[in-house]
Amino acid sequence: MNIKDLPEEENYFTPGHTACAGCAAPAIVRNMMKIFGKDTIVYTPANCLLVFSGTYPHLAWKVPYLHEAFENTGACISGVARAYRKKGRKVLVVGFAGDGGTYDIGIQALSGAAERNEDAIYVCYDNEAYMNTGIQRSGATPYGASTTTTPAGKKIKGKLEHKKDMAEIMRAHEIPYVATLSISHPKDFLEKVKKAKEMEGFRYLHVLSPCPTGWRFDPSKTIEMARKAVDSGMWTLYEAEYGEITNIYKPKKKIPVAEYIKGQGRFRHFTEEMIQELQKWVDRKWKRLYGEEP
Amino acid sequence: MIQKLPAKKMVVTGDYAAAYGALLCDVDVVAAYPITPQTLIVEEFSTFVNDGITDAEFIMVESEHSAMSACIAAQAAGARTFTATSSQGLALMHEMLFVASGLRLPIVMPVVNRTLAAPIGIWCEHNDSMPQRDAGWIQMACEDNQEVLDMILMAYKIGENKNVLLPVMPCLDAFILSHTVEPVEAPSSDEALDFVGKYEPIAVLDPDKPMAIGTFTPPEYIQELRYQTHMAMRNAKKVIENVTKEFASKFGRNYHGLIEEYKCDDADVVLITVGTVTGTAREVVDELRQKGKKVGLIKLRFYRPFPDEEIRKIAENVDAIGVYDRAISYGSGGPLFIETRHALYGLDKPILNFLAGLGGRDVVKGDVEKMFEILLKAKEEKPKEEIYWINTRGVKI
Repeated sequence: MNIKDLPEEENYFTPGHTACAGCAAPAIVRNMMKIFGKDTIVYTPANCLLVFSGTYPHLAWKVPYLHEAFENTGACISGVARAYRKKGRKVLVVGFAGDGGTYDIGIQALSGAAERNEDAIYVCYDNEAYMNTGIQRSGATPYGASTTTTPAGKKIKGKLEHKKDMAEIMRAHEIPYVATLSISHPKDFLEKVKKAKEMEGFRYLHVLSPCPTGWRFDPSKTIEMARKAVDSGMWTLYEAEYGEITNIYKPKKKIPVAEYIKGQGRFRHFTEEMIQELQKWVDRKWKRLYGEEP
Repeated sequence: MIQKLPAKKMVVTGDYAAAYGALLCDVDVVAAYPITPQTLIVEEFSTFVNDGITDAEFIMVESEHSAMSACIAAQAAGARTFTATSSQGLALMHEMLFVASGLRLPIVMPVVNRTLAAPIGIWCEHNDSMPQRDAGWIQMACEDNQEVLDMILMAYKIGENKNVLLPVMPCLDAFILSHTVEPVEAPSSDEALDFVGKYEPIAVLDPDKPMAIGTFTPPEYIQELRYQTHMAMRNAKKVIENVTKEFASKFGRNYHGLIEEYKCDDADVVLITVGTVTGTAREVVDELRQKGKKVGLIKLRFYRPFPDEEIRKIAENVDAIGVYDRAISYGSGGPLFIETRHALYGLDKPILNFLAGLGGRDVVKGDVEKMFEILLKAKEEKPKEEIYWINTRGVKI
């Protein structure tokens, strides 16, 4: 699967939406939808995507689309999937949730749906904070990042805790498929989406979604930010089937986190100690996932 | 589809009657989470599924919030859905109740009325369902297990009516009905399905005809939707009358629509009751009538839509009206009392409120006699109080 193989015209997520310039989410959703195709039913909880993809009577979706609330993506995709199983008709049911709706308020419904191995795809587009409500910290926000609820203050400088490892939590559910993706690696991205589409049972796709507004970087640098996240080890690309890692990508040349955080306003206040603390977290994660010293 | 089931007489709990009612309506998707005293409903339904009596999908979710979320999603995808809950579970669902009615999805959910903490308890009180008044659900109360089964059938027919399209919450008293066996007549599956009909949704999530359900909506459009939902709830009054009539002609059991009058024709005073207390009150009315007291009873079947005109018509011809409540709006009065007074606005006669059975305390004949005694006295002289806490330590009446 290559980017050239994607149909040019068949957009099920169309232009005209109102996302911020440089937002990664529309690129993630549009490319996924090209692969998911016509027979897809989409659920979105409360998130940026809900708002920028359509404010009545405008709509960017060309597939059936449902919204109910914030914390229930796992339950809602279960409901649609079961209704269609009862009808005896094959459709692809996909939920697109943000990191707040996944790591925090939505983790219970997500875990329940995964444990029941519902026949649906859950996509977490992770922009590492509550961007829709104005950049508040979430369980996905990395250590030290300045958000509107973890501001870089005189006494406390940014978020005190590290990012939760959500993909690993999902891997522990031993579901058919867990994959982490990045738009900086399109071939890998598309292959994983295609693979997920062809599988059955509960599938979890987790994409890093750089956010120029919340991370405070130049909107032309979205792909570069995503690539640096992968190259630094801040974001690790892998696949897991039934709890076992089956494929993991190792950056050819690992860059220090200091290089990743450069150019992002949310890390501007970082001291040398803070950089080291973040680097230590990356190194621990590296050792755990690759089984070797970084 | 369900297996063909013959008409039969059963001796079953209220919870079984609810589950069997849902089975007879051939529901497509059930999503539920167990909570005492609703548990028997989900247990019984799982047995129907695992014994192959129905091929319904049963989603055993991880919370009541997810139960309602999944029902809404399945119903939006065109399924007839069912769930059941109680107390804390209903409170946890609160957010989603508004989504079900806002999307005009006629989900049916029996609520086994149980006290809402704190303090925690498992016995009967109506302070779980009554605070859901403004969620846009049709809400009704059952007197016995037969009414539970019958009401599930009627609930689908009322909710799915094109002039209504609202979710329905039949309520049954914890343990007094949920766990108590009574004789119940069940129609055959053919008769039941013939009565309920097929669910034909207007808007469905379907890839062949894509549409968005539940979009982000600006102020330019929401107010009209609120008006339409309000009118749908008003429309439900007529539909309830018609459906109960049709039910009566088909199955021989007449529930008389929104309220049932008992010896109100020449009554001096009437008491409005809800739920299982009605059975006790009926006996008290009979006894007092034998003693020559002109007392009557209004069995309130629906809380939403509220039978305002129906109650007013009776109230106009009596000297005093009492309202029994098994819940309290702190600092004000019982929810039914507040509604009744609103319905009787401008009527210059005593309207009194009797609170009893809160937290699941038994309401016995003596308690109901006390209510009538106060009402009959109010007919003679203007009462000093409006709200009476019956059988309450520390409160003198």
